[in-house]
Amino acid sequence: MTRKSTKQLKSKSTRDAFGEVLPELAEKIPELVVLTADLADSTRVTGFAEKYPKRFFQIGVAEQNMASLAVGMSLAGKIPVITSFGVFSPAKNWDQIRVGVCMNEANVKIVSTHCGINVGEDGATHQALEDIALMRVLPGMKVFSPVDFEETKEVVRAAFLEEGPAYVRLTRAKTPVLEEASAKGSKNFKVGSPYVLEEGTKVALVGTGPILTEGLFPAREINEKYPESIKVVNIPTIKPLDVKKFLGTLEGISHVVTLEEHQITGGLGSLVSEILSMEGLQKPRKIVRMGMQDTFGESGSYEDLKKKFGLDSESIKKVLLKELKEAGI
Amino acid sequence: MSLPKSTGTAKTVKQNQRRVTYTKAGLQKIAHELRIDVLKMLEKAKSGHPASALGTAEIFSVLYWDYLNISPQNAQDPSRDKFILSNGHICPILYATLAKKGFFPETELNSLRKINALLQGHPDRNIPGIETTAGSLGQGLSLATGIALTQKIEADTANTAGNTATTTKVIVMTSDGELNEGQTWEAAMYAPRHSHTPKYTLDNLTWIIDRNNIQISGHTNEVLPLENLREKLESFNWYVLEIDGHNISEIQGALKMAENITSRPTVIIAHTIPGKGVDFMEKDPKWHGKAPNREQMQDAVAQIKNLLKNIKDY
Repeated sequence: MTRKSTKQLKSKSTRDAFGEVLPELAEKIPELVVLTADLADSTRVTGFAEKYPKRFFQIGVAEQNMASLAVGMSLAGKIPVITSFGVFSPAKNWDQIRVGVCMNEANVKIVSTHCGINVGEDGATHQALEDIALMRVLPGMKVFSPVDFEETKEVVRAAFLEEGPAYVRLTRAKTPVLEEASAKGSKNFKVGSPYVLEEGTKVALVGTGPILTEGLFPAREINEKYPESIKVVNIPTIKPLDVKKFLGTLEGISHVVTLEEHQITGGLGSLVSEILSMEGLQKPRKIVRMGMQDTFGESGSYEDLKKKFGLDSESIKKVLLKELKEAGI
Repeated sequence: MSLPKSTGTAKTVKQNQRRVTYTKAGLQKIAHELRIDVLKMLEKAKSGHPASALGTAEIFSVLYWDYLNISPQNAQDPSRDKFILSNGHICPILYATLAKKGFFPETELNSLRKINALLQGHPDRNIPGIETTAGSLGQGLSLATGIALTQKIEADTANTAGNTATTTKVIVMTSDGELNEGQTWEAAMYAPRHSHTPKYTLDNLTWIIDRNNIQISGHTNEVLPLENLREKLESFNWYVLEIDGHNISEIQGALKMAENITSRPTVIIAHTIPGKGVDFMEKDPKWHGKAPNREQMQDAVAQIKNLLKNIKDY
C-alpha cells in the first residue's frame, strides 16, 4: 500500500464530524436534546437545530445555567448534550459538572470544540489547554479525544449511546483524515482501547487528538529509513483507559514520547507518566512529554503556533530521532 | 400502603387518595417537631447549620404534609412532585421531614454527618427522598428549571400526538445569601423569558427564597445587599409573592396562588427568622453554621416544647 503524505490527505475538522453525526444520533436517540450557549454555528450544531428545532435549546451566554439545566433535563428523562468552546464548558462550569452532572450521575454529554492551540487567531483566552485535566479528575466522567474526523463520529456515537457522563474534546482546525492513509485508524476505535497506528519497536509516540497526525508522518518517515523503529499509539479514550492493553502496546519499548495539544501537566503526559511509574523498576522507561510546557498559547495561525510551541512535524521528528538515537538505532 | 405516620391532627382522610389533610395547628405542630429533630441531630453531629433549618420548618411542614404529592410510596413514580433543595446546607430540616414521612428510619437522624452513615452533610441523591445532590450554591434554580422545562416538552409532545401528559409541581428552595451567585441570575433570566419556540411557559415551576437576611459572614445587607429583591425579580418577569414564612396560612395561600398563575413562573419570597423559636439563635448570623452544644440543645428543645404546648388553630 502506498501511503499518502500529510499534504495528500483530506483535511477536515473534528467539530465538523460532530455536526455531521449529530442528526444521525438524534434519529437513533429520541431523548437527545442539544443545548448551546450562543455558539451554535461554531460548534456545528446548526444543522441539528434546523432539523430538530424543538430539541434544540438556546441558553444564551450562560454556561453554568446550561450545565445545571441539562442535569435537570437529564433527571427528567432527556439525554442533553451541552456544547460550547472548551474554555467555557467544561472550564467555566466545572463545578456544575462536578456536583450536578457527576455526583448525580446524570446522563449529560459535554461536547466542546476549540480545544488546543488550533483555535489560532482568537488567542490564549480561547484555547482550551486544561480541559482534559479538568475532566479526567472527575469520578464517573468518561473523557474522549478523537484523532480525526472519522474517529470523532465513532467517539460521539459511543459517548452518546453509552449511559453516563461523557466529555468529548474536539477541535476547530482542519486536520488530516487518517482513514485514507491507513486501513487502520478510526475503524479501530473502541471505548477504552488504545491502538497502534504504526508499528515500531524502539520508541513509542503516544498521542491524543488531531495533533497526533502531526507526529504520525515524521514517525513514518523515520521508519522508512530505520524500519519499525517508531511505534505510534493513539489514545482516543483518556478515561476509562484499558491500562493492560496500553502497557501491552509498549512491550519492549524503552523510550516513550507523549504528544498532546494540552498542558503536559494533567493531560496525556501526566496520564502516561502515572501509568508507567506504577510499572516500577522492572521496566524503567524514559518519558518525554510534548505539549504545552506550562504556558498559555497566543494569537497566530495554527501553523505558526505549532512551530512556536514545538508541536510541528519538524520539532516532533527531532525529538523522535533524539530518543531513537538514545534507545539505540 | 400505610398512611403517613404523623402526630399531626388529622381532620379528614380522603380514602381514594389515601392522603391525610392537616389543620393549620396540625401543620404548626409538625413544624415544631421538625425543629426539635433538627436541634437534636445537630447537637449529635457537632456541626451543621441550625439557623435556616429552624427558620424554614413551617415551609417544610406545609410542603410535605399539605401540598406536595411526595411519599415513600411514590418515590420512584415519575408523576411525583419534585422538590429541589438548592441551599443544601439546611438539609437537617429536609432529613427530619423525610424521616417523619417514612422515607428512612428516624434513627438515621442520630448519625447525621457520621462516617458510613446515610445522612451526608449536604443532600445526596442516594438518600431516599432526595432528588438531587446539592450543596454548591447557585445550581438548584437551573436544575429545577431543567426539570420543569422537560415536563413541558413532554406535555407538548404528548399533546401533538393527541395524548395528554400531566406536569408535576416543581418546587425549588434557595437561600437569600445564595443569590450572590451569578448562576442564580442566569437561571432567573432564563426561566421566565427563554427564547425557545414553542415558548414553554414554566408555570409548573415555583421558586421559594428563604429570605432570612443572614449568611455565613453576617447579615445579607452587609455582605452583598440584595434589595430591592422584589423589583429585581419582577423585572426578570417572575410573578412575585412575599409572605411571612412562618405563617401557615400565608405559605398555603402563596403555594395555591403560584399554582393559579399560568402566565409565568412564580417566586415566593418567604420572610423568615433564622433560628426561629430559639431565643438565643434568632436573627443571629453566628448560628448560620454552628451546632448547639448539649446544654444549648436542651435549652432550645425546651423552648420549642413550650411553643408546642401553646399552639392554637387559626
